[in-house]
Amino acid sequence: MTASAPGRAAAARAGAGTAGAARTGLESSTRDGVGASPRRPDGTLKAAGEFAFSSDMWMEDMLWGTTLRSPHPRARIRSIDVSAALAVPGVHAVLTHEDVPGEKRYGLETRDQPVLAADQVRYKGEPVAIAAADHPETARRALDRVRVEYEVLEPVCDPRRAAFDPDCPLVHEEAVGAHPEHNPGGNVVRRQPVRTGAFAHGAGAAELRARAAAVVRGTYRVGMQDQAFLGPESGLAVPAPDGGVDLYIATQWLHVDQGQIAPCLGLDPDRVRMTLAGVGGAFGAREDLSMQIHACMLALRTGRPVKFVYNREESFFGHVHRHPATMRFEHGADAEGRLLYATLEIVLDGGAYASTTAAVVGVASSLGLGPYEIPNASIDAYGVYTNNPPCGAMRGFGAVQACFGYEAQMDRLAAELGLHPVELRTRNALSQGSRIATGQRIDMPLPMAEMLARSRAMALPVAREALPDPADPRTLPGGVAGTSRGEGVVRGVGYGVGLKNLCFSETFDDYSTARVRLEVVGGEPAVLVHTAAAEVGQGLVTLQGQIARTELGVERVTILPADTSVGSAGSSSASRQSYVTGGAVKAACEAVRRRVFSLVRERGLAGADHPDDDLALEGGTVVSAGGEVLAPLADVLGGAAVEETRVFRHRPTRMLDPTTGQGDSHVQFGMCVHRAVVDVDVDLGLVKVVALDAVQDVGRAMHPRQLLGQIHGGSAQGLGLALMEEVHVAGGVIRNPSFTDYLIPTVLDTPPMGVEVLEHADPHAPYGLRGAGEPPTLSSTPAIVAAVRDATGRTLARAPVRPEDIVGVEH
Amino acid sequence: MRVEFTVNGEDVAAEDVWPGESLLYVLRERLGLPGSKNACEQGECGSCTVYLDGATVCACMVAAGQAQGRRVRTVEGLAAAEGADAGPEARLGTVQEAFVEAGAVQCGFCTPGLVVQADDLIGRTVGAGGPVPGDAEIREALAGNLCRCTGYQAIVEAVRTAAERAQAAAAGGAR
Repeated sequence: MTASAPGRAAAARAGAGTAGAARTGLESSTRDGVGASPRRPDGTLKAAGEFAFSSDMWMEDMLWGTTLRSPHPRARIRSIDVSAALAVPGVHAVLTHEDVPGEKRYGLETRDQPVLAADQVRYKGEPVAIAAADHPETARRALDRVRVEYEVLEPVCDPRRAAFDPDCPLVHEEAVGAHPEHNPGGNVVRRQPVRTGAFAHGAGAAELRARAAAVVRGTYRVGMQDQAFLGPESGLAVPAPDGGVDLYIATQWLHVDQGQIAPCLGLDPDRVRMTLAGVGGAFGAREDLSMQIHACMLALRTGRPVKFVYNREESFFGHVHRHPATMRFEHGADAEGRLLYATLEIVLDGGAYASTTAAVVGVASSLGLGPYEIPNASIDAYGVYTNNPPCGAMRGFGAVQACFGYEAQMDRLAAELGLHPVELRTRNALSQGSRIATGQRIDMPLPMAEMLARSRAMALPVAREALPDPADPRTLPGGVAGTSRGEGVVRGVGYGVGLKNLCFSETFDDYSTARVRLEVVGGEPAVLVHTAAAEVGQGLVTLQGQIARTELGVERVTILPADTSVGSAGSSSASRQSYVTGGAVKAACEAVRRRVFSLVRERGLAGADHPDDDLALEGGTVVSAGGEVLAPLADVLGGAAVEETRVFRHRPTRMLDPTTGQGDSHVQFGMCVHRAVVDVDVDLGLVKVVALDAVQDVGRAMHPRQLLGQIHGGSAQGLGLALMEEVHVAGGVIRNPSFTDYLIPTVLDTPPMGVEVLEHADPHAPYGLRGAGEPPTLSSTPAIVAAVRDATGRTLARAPVRPEDIVGVEH
Repeated sequence: MRVEFTVNGEDVAAEDVWPGESLLYVLRERLGLPGSKNACEQGECGSCTVYLDGATVCACMVAAGQAQGRRVRTVEGLAAAEGADAGPEARLGTVQEAFVEAGAVQCGFCTPGLVVQADDLIGRTVGAGGPVPGDAEIREALAGNLCRCTGYQAIVEAVRTAAERAQAAAAGGAR
């Protein structure tokens, strides 16, 4: 991989194992700085099995917590009797809603979720009671003896009915949205219209339709996807002598947890001290609380440390999922393939509690047109309450669903007009200076046409005809099951492009805080970096060290454990931490550097009027602009420590207008282009993804190897949504809460992935970087499904594609 | 009940074991060896992979009593087996080191099971005098180990690198 100056067309093949060495373009000679690919600081412990994940916490006298969950998707609770459970030997506490010390409800955006259900339950799996015992099995058996009398009600399961039927029962009698002007009432958490061009002036689609040479309409469905992180919800709450509690927890955002936990415990936030325990993946599923308040309640009640560890089945009920979507799209284009108009209706099933549904609607509506110039658009996106499992954040956050729909539409338009799919996309591609449907101008590079051309030019895998006959079954759909020797196997190729907002949107005060300390330890300069930012596997701890090395010219950097003794870092979500926490670490380092330069002048090592611009820190020394070493840092600092704390904010954003959908709601945009090659057994409906190659612009490759890991991992999650991943919900009940029945891609399902990385710097962002984690999750799914369509000729309007969809068996 | 077996070469005993406990639970909660992970506890993800009398198993699917009198080797024993010299990085076994270098570790929850499974593959191939396993063979061997972060590409590269180094070491070359 090579780096490039802003604006220059720069790309490099970053295929298998070639991403190790990279130049940064920065004036720094310090090893392992920005642009290099140093080892993860936590990598050795993780590989040795010695890294302490949240489920590994252990204390001598700890108890085990467990949760009793509702067996019904919707029911009134008439009574709860815990007396038989309390009588079980080894049980120390059994608690219900009556034992919640403070606020009875919590929520990320809307405080609508009970800590423990009181008068009714709204989804199957909702927590009703909790127990602590000296063995997890004892606690489970105790909860079996809790008697709950339910009056079962008919659940609201159809999100379209929830959205549009005024006679539909209300899931919440008192629904209060975070932004009431976007909340029309009923079961709708948020409705967001967007109107542009003729639609903004009240026109209907008929006149535009008449002008179009090609019109395509489709109803697209995206199933409920599970984040399927491997480390289950878990943590340890330890009661403290001051009446507070110390919580060791896997989460994406310590401070937002603290802000929800403390009121429910009736404690000041500073009495709820949180430390990040090892996080076994997140992908959005750890934005909402799971067992945090429950563990604290039991610890405070029993005076003993309490550990919770969900098992895999419980984990399916313990966190929110990706919103299932039903989308009715119509697009029209002229004879040259230029898009003329689009009408979109997007209904997102938010399930029983709001979680981040309102924000997901904000993304799905604002990015519903995808990366295309469309002069006339009418978009209506709805997020609704139902009695299905709650849905919220998952990598891609509303943009994934829309992308599946608009990319299918682009392929259909291309086919109608006799254009190559890449050609149609190129003719309508957004670029720097374009406006998206909300009126927001893209004021950073967006080289979509170049990315499409590069994707199309990437080497294709060996053609089927050139493979050995008979084929190695491992190269065929069905794999070692040996379901085919190659007969009935057809190859297809498909493309996908996605546009994703990066960082939090719509007026969110999206800041991060970093404390950086420079001192001399053992005769050598050393840096401590302290933030509350959650390392969830993405490699943020590596990046923080790189930034400190680059900015302070010191190789020895230690990242302190994340906890709430330093200011909030915001969430490890929305591809935002490199930008925001990276920006905070950079700002704190710059402040430390300025103080060091003052010390240099005070100590006469540079002239009293020597400007900062002519000084630099490199290799543990202070150097002049000419490269002359003025003094070792150890001499400048002596016994002094220089410490600075800085808060970093990205530029402000605006709410979308509740009727026109206009407003600069986003901070930054990211894009990935995928090309998928598949072999399909058209008789059995089995698919083998042969290649899944990506082109992504990241502004700046901060750590090329970790970057590839993000693109590979995001692409694989998109593959899962394309072909296998779906939480099956019937009548409000999850039918497949296990890794036996909910399938995520294995190494055999996942092909080798070529990646081209472009680095067109965003002038607004630290180092020009662009969040990179989410965009590949958007484009991978539609590219694969397009390839299956190419092979089979089927419409395939839902993701995941099932074998019966391919062979044409009706349900 | 009382269960006695050897873990990483040491005799161990666990007291008051409830008969429904798995080998994984006993390792993690009673013997202070939480390196083997608990991602699914139903034998689907491979995060708890350990050697039982030399064969890899999911420790979550082995009842604690079934380990009585047998030899267990966990991820904690992989590193120690190759020498407990110097600092933590030097303690890593060949497979573990290759995983860290290649970027095959992200959240790391699948890593302990994968390095045990990969160690087994290399032992059966290069370790038995055979060639470095090819891409298809590596993928087949790791098909029972789920990873949600990496997309597997760096993992396959790490295993190939480790196998090449193991072969070089067997041929007398330096690690």
